[in-house]
Amino acid sequence: MPLPIEIVLFIFLLTTAVVIARLEDLFAAAMLTGIFSLLSAGLFTIMDAVDVAFTEAAVGAGVATVFILCTLSLTAKREYQQPTRILPFIVVGITGAALIYGTLDMPAYGDPDAVPHGHLSAKFIEIEEKAFLSQDKHAAEPAQHGSGEKAVGLPNIVTSILASYRGYDTFGETAVIFTATIGVMLLLRTRRREKKVSPPNRDQMETTS
Amino acid sequence: MQWLGLWHYWAVIILMMIGLYIVIARDNLVKKVMGLSIFQVSVIMFYVSTGKVEGGTAPIIPEGGHDLVYSNPLPHVLMLTAIVVGISTTALALALIVRIQEAYGTVEDDELNAIDGAAL
Repeated sequence: MPLPIEIVLFIFLLTTAVVIARLEDLFAAAMLTGIFSLLSAGLFTIMDAVDVAFTEAAVGAGVATVFILCTLSLTAKREYQQPTRILPFIVVGITGAALIYGTLDMPAYGDPDAVPHGHLSAKFIEIEEKAFLSQDKHAAEPAQHGSGEKAVGLPNIVTSILASYRGYDTFGETAVIFTATIGVMLLLRTRRREKKVSPPNRDQMETTS
Repeated sequence: MQWLGLWHYWAVIILMMIGLYIVIARDNLVKKVMGLSIFQVSVIMFYVSTGKVEGGTAPIIPEGGHDLVYSNPLPHVLMLTAIVVGISTTALALALIVRIQEAYGTVEDDELNAIDGAAL
């Protein structure tokens, strides 16, 4: 049984996405992407993913919107009117239909017996729950239990998995941020140097183009 | 109607397709990046929705909370990583767009093609 708030949020999300697609004023569209991220954070909370929700609210609604606004201040404020083309609609329709056909074999939303909830996830929850609750009773005892598996012993299971069980994943993520930062710095530094050294060169480029 | 339990996935797929449409049909590069972020949020939402357990709570253990049902924490962890990687790629794409604006004086895809075609 879907909650009414879920339906309302999904309708808002779809409306926002359609408006972003149709708007020619890019500043308005950038603000709408922030609203889009905020609405999706609300939906993540309803889906019990509170950590994802506040990361999305901070990163999607905050940082990404600021980045897009900065880019818009350096580029065009409006996009050009363009005729509606039929081919993208066909491609998108076929892709969407194929994806919806693919969901027909999936377990229903919220099904407790679905495959992803077994195996590793169930084990993580079991280990951490046992460790944390036994920690409450005997605070001195190390966070270790029965079968010799070491637990992290934090109340938030998502944090335990992120920082410990899947720590290498998070390490890889940090490497990606590092690479992206270097890329952005190199791209934007070249621009500044070119400007400073030879402004006439840039004018030439503009006249030739 | 067993298919009624799948409507979350369908709503997310429609959202995903709107993002894909913006990416392939719009000429402005900043608009394409916006479409890409819509697409990315939809994929994240799809993964998170597979982790939901009926009657479950957020996977945070309360003090003395026995016999609680938790939603699956594993998709949440994977999607946290995906969000951060997504903002990295968005930042890099926007930096590239700024460079394209510097070099060509436009960020419209068809104009860029015209300039490149004229140069050849």
